[in-house]
This record gives sequence, structure tokens and C-alpha cells, in this order.
Amino acid sequence: MASVFVSGNMAAAIGARQAEVNVVAAYPITPQTSIVEYLAKFVADGELDAQTIPVESEHSAMAACIGASLAGARAFTASSSQGLALMHEPVFAAAGLRLPLVMAVANRALSHPVTIWSDHSDSMAERDSGWLQFYCETCQEVLDTIIIGYRVAEDARVLLPAMVCLDGFYLSHLSEPVSVPAIEDVRRFAPKSAPKYPILDVDDPKSIGLVISPDFFTEFVYDKHASMSMARDVTEEAFAEFERMFGRRYSHLESYRIDDAEVVLVGMGTMAGTIRVAVDGLRARGMRVGALKIKTYRPFPGEEIRRALRGARVVAVVDRAVTYGTGGIAYYDVARELVNESPHPLLLDFVAGIGGRDITVDTINRVAEQALAVSLDGRRDDVTWVDANKETLAIWGLALR
Amino acid sequence: MSLKIRDLPNEELVAPGNSGCPGCGATMGARMAMKVLGSRTIMVNGTGCMTVNYGVLAAARFPYLHMLFETTGAVLSGLDAGLRSLGKREGVTLLGWAGDGGTADIGFQSLSGAVERGHKFVYICYDNESYMNTGGQRSGVTPYGASTTTCPAGKRSIGESRPMQRRKDMVEIMAAHGIPYAATASLAFPMDYMAKVKRAAEVDGPSYVHLLSPCPPGWGSNDELTVEVSRLAVETGMWILYEVVDGERKFNKRLKTLRPITDYLKTQKRFRHLLDQPEEIEKIQSFVTKRAERLGLLG
Repeated sequence: MASVFVSGNMAAAIGARQAEVNVVAAYPITPQTSIVEYLAKFVADGELDAQTIPVESEHSAMAACIGASLAGARAFTASSSQGLALMHEPVFAAAGLRLPLVMAVANRALSHPVTIWSDHSDSMAERDSGWLQFYCETCQEVLDTIIIGYRVAEDARVLLPAMVCLDGFYLSHLSEPVSVPAIEDVRRFAPKSAPKYPILDVDDPKSIGLVISPDFFTEFVYDKHASMSMARDVTEEAFAEFERMFGRRYSHLESYRIDDAEVVLVGMGTMAGTIRVAVDGLRARGMRVGALKIKTYRPFPGEEIRRALRGARVVAVVDRAVTYGTGGIAYYDVARELVNESPHPLLLDFVAGIGGRDITVDTINRVAEQALAVSLDGRRDDVTWVDANKETLAIWGLALR
Repeated sequence: MSLKIRDLPNEELVAPGNSGCPGCGATMGARMAMKVLGSRTIMVNGTGCMTVNYGVLAAARFPYLHMLFETTGAVLSGLDAGLRSLGKREGVTLLGWAGDGGTADIGFQSLSGAVERGHKFVYICYDNESYMNTGGQRSGVTPYGASTTTCPAGKRSIGESRPMQRRKDMVEIMAAHGIPYAATASLAFPMDYMAKVKRAAEVDGPSYVHLLSPCPPGWGSNDELTVEVSRLAVETGMWILYEVVDGERKFNKRLKTLRPITDYLKTQKRFRHLLDQPEEIEKIQSFVTKRAERLGLLG
């Protein structure tokens, strides 16, 4: 197993290379661009035997991946923000056609105002598309999750595409030492077997993508729902096998010092590491705080969430995306799992890190301090914009609640 | 062009049971195209009438993808690359099939990109000159004076008011991409049409055939007159049969004289309001006559 020092974007490209993708179709957008540049260079240098399609838009990138997948090829793309939003229509179609694509998403906020910096609003807008979604914290995790993504997506029990999300710049442009699994091992872990879904084959002609009446549409949707639910177990199997073969352990959730925690701080993506560092500091000050990272966001690991948060007095979810007028988005997924638990923890909703605002240890400390204060007097409040700037809002005549 | 009717197979790759309207030009066109392309053809069909015609009862006996409206070119690109990557490209014809909306409007970018990149496929646009699958709204190729639901003729409207010379000319646009083959075609000249489809499949690279495809419910023409309406379009000079082979233009049907355009217009309700407006008829006739003379269509 070779070790290299690479960025998150390079790790994504290496993941696709080691998975021996057949077709790469993508369109440049910051901060994703270098992923497909690296892949193009791999192909140019003979390190990857694949067809690259430098398409004229992200919409066509996804459509071309759909075409390639329907030819029976393993296809890969990557995007961010506006690009992912432009793909929205064929993103749903890929899931509906049950095509096992893998896409790296270098998370970036959606315009307007124009920004190139990170939050989760782009991938959250595709949350209900029928794609698996994994949020990564390290470059190694990006590389590994792309390989795991193919294994899970291509599993006959799943046949749904997978998004591997990495926070733009925080991870896409962060360099770390990364261990590269050997191609022979990846072949054994995620073998390219004959497609388990209908393809466009002149020797076995089928009509694909037909019109479906209300007599059947619900069942098609239910089938996707059931497969997404099944993907929880299939992904667990993949995590276990990955650990056996490569020695690195992944799980839907990663908990840190939660066993006796009064307050558990929940987050996704790169903020997870910051939260753990903050937890150590808070613990040193005598606060019983723990951390829970959600790696697998779709399918949502509900049972694991309930198990992990049983016994906590307060659960504070920190979201890097907003559902307007309400609050954080992952907050609702967590709350849904806990609402019928008895007793259930007090749930707190925090929004932070929007449009590239750094989530620092100080940000997390403020979340924890508020969560502890609330837990003492038992009050709950609306969503807390923990890092919003009161002075700026005051200029606009807005008060921060 | 030496395609003979006896060369055509009896086999019907488009099965009975399609849900097309009576007299549908698109279903006729697809049937004829598949006669020459054969069963080792994969069709990618951007959403449109054909989604309904063949997509409800799966009337195709060849691999057929019903795909999003604007994605025909991009999906063909992916199929071309995917089959190549697997060593399965040889002996397979890729056919893109979309209407004028899916080609000249919403699918324009995707088609232009696919053609520019040089993927190998045959693309046939069945042009019924508006969005007929949604009930007949104007498109970028709706002819001057046609009444559609989004440019209806009325007291203050001639119908489609864009000048005739600005109708989006897809064959010329495709030819401008430098592709080896682009052509127009008509259902009234089936051997010419099928020979063009055959040639389009034989060239190396993307090729484009633009088929005028009368739509009886949308045009207000009689179901049984689809071929006749197609013929009148050619004989009046409203529709010119030609091909562009490696940049060289050649007429496939020269005319001794032009029939008056009213012979064509009066077959269709969408033009009926023009018939009592002699100045409008004259405007269209003058454009068509001058164009034929300028191009050297006559003689």
C-alpha cells in the first residue's frame, strides 16, 4: 500500500483511478475542478485506462454518466454548488434508472450572492434524489469512500448512485498523507462484475425509461426506498470488509467521548474534527461533552443514532445548511429518530459555517456552552445562528435571535 | 445513393401497438429509419411525442432509452464512450431521436457539445415545427405565420411572427460544426430519406438528418394526408431536400417550377388565417421563391 501526500481532490481522483472507472464525464467548477484535471492527467499518462468526456455542462456530465452506465461501464463525475444544481434533473434520473454512479461533491454554497466557499447547501438540495450520501472528514476518507461507494452502489440489493461529499477548500484543498490501496485489492473489494441492472445491449434489447402510470409509480418509489434502507446494512458490510482488507475502520457514525456525556454535539464533514478537539478542551474544563459525526447521511442511520444518543440530556446538531425560516437540515433527521424515544434528549438546533465561515473550536465552544446552559434550566429555543455577526445584521436592521 | 426498395428488410423493428396519433410523421419516420439501421442499433430518445408513442407499450424491438428532454446528445456521448471503454463499440449504431424542441431548443447545447466532441452517432430530428407532445406550443423552428397555442393567430397576431429567414436552421448549424454528413429529409421521399439515414450511419463521426414530420393534430392536417403534406412542402419549396457531405451541398430534389405555397398552406389549419391575407401570402411566397432562385434549386 503506497503512501502519498495529497489534497482531498487528488484523493478523490486517486479513489476513482484505483476503482478503475471506465468513463469520466465532468465539467469544471471551483472547488471541484482539480478532481477531473487529475483524472484527465492519469488518462493522458496511461495511469488510468478510461474514456474522458469533457462535456459542455454539468447537466450533460450527469447525462453522459447515465449513458456510460447504461452501456455497462463504471462511470464517475464530480461537481460542486451551481454545477450540482444544474445537474439536479439527471441526478434524479440516475437514481430512478438505478445506475450505480459515484460522484464526488466538493461542497460549496449556492449563489446568490456569488460565493465559492463551502457549506452543505449544494448536496443537501440533492438529499432526496435517491443517491447515497457520505460526508468525509479526511483525505483518506475521501479516497476510501469512493471505493466503498462503488461497492455499495453496484450491490444488487442497492443499485443506487452514491455521492461522496468533501467540504470545499477545507478538505478539497487540504493535503494530508494518504494510503493508496493497491488496484488488485480494490478489484477484490469492489469487483466489476456484469451489471446487475438492465443496460442498452443490442444482444438483449430492452426499452428503458418507460412511461409509468399511477398504477405502478408508487411501487417504483417504494422499491428505491427499500433499497436505500437496505443500503444501511450493505454499507456496514462494506465497511467491515474494507477494514479486514485495508485496516481502516469506517462506520455510519463516529462517536467520541459520548459514554458519560451530558451534551452530545453532532456534525458532519470536516467540522467533526474541530468538534472532537473542542470536546477535549471542554472536558478538561470539567464539562461532560461528547461528539457524534454522521458519515452516512443517506441512508440515514436512525437506529445507530438512537443507540448513540440514548442517555444524553442534550443533543446539539450543528448544520452547515439551512431550511429557510426553520433551521438546520440534519437537525430534523436527528430529531425524527429521537422524538418517540422516552425519555428523549433535549434537542438543539445550531447553524454555523455557512458560505465558508470557518467553524473554529471557539464556535463549537459556544455551541457547547449554550447547550449546557439550556440543559440546566430546561428551556429550548429556536435555531441558533451561532456564528452570525450581530453588528452586520444590526446595520441591516435585523436582530439576531 | 443506390438504396433499392428490395434491399429493405421485411422485419419490423418497430412493433405494432405504438400509441402514436393516426398519421403521425414521427412514428413513420422511426419505422423507416430502423429499416436501414437494423437491430444492432441503440436509440436514445429525448422526451417528446415518441416517449408516448413507443414508451407506454414498449413498442421497440431494439434497445431503446427514453431519456430526459434535453439530454439526447449527452447520453449518446456517454454511450459512445462507455461502449468504447468496454471494447463493445464495433458493429453498434447509436441513434439519437428527438423532436424539434428537443433538438433546436432545449437539447441544442447538449447536441452541439456531442457533435463538437466528435462522438459517433446518427441524430435524427423529427421536426413537427412546434412542441406537439404538450399540445402545440411554438419552438425555435416554428415557421412564420403558423398559429400555435403560444403564438396564436388573432386580431393583433399573425401567429408566429419571427421573420422567415430567422427560423433556426438546424442543418446549417450542424454543418457549421464541420461534421461529415448533414441532410434534410421528407416522408414523401422515403427512399431518399432512408438512403440518407444509411449514409449517416456509414460516415465516421456524428451525422445529422432533419426530417420534416407532419403532425395531423398539431398542424390541423388530415390524418391520411401526412405523406401528401410532406410532398407539397417539397414541391412548393417550403422544404428543400439537400445534403451536406463533408461541407459540399447537394440538392436531392431539384424542381422545374415551384407550386404556389398556398397548395401547402391550405392543407393545414395552422395556416388557415393566412389564406385571406394576400399580403402575408405574398410575403411568404416571395421569400420562398427568392430563396429557391438564390440557392439554384430550380432547373
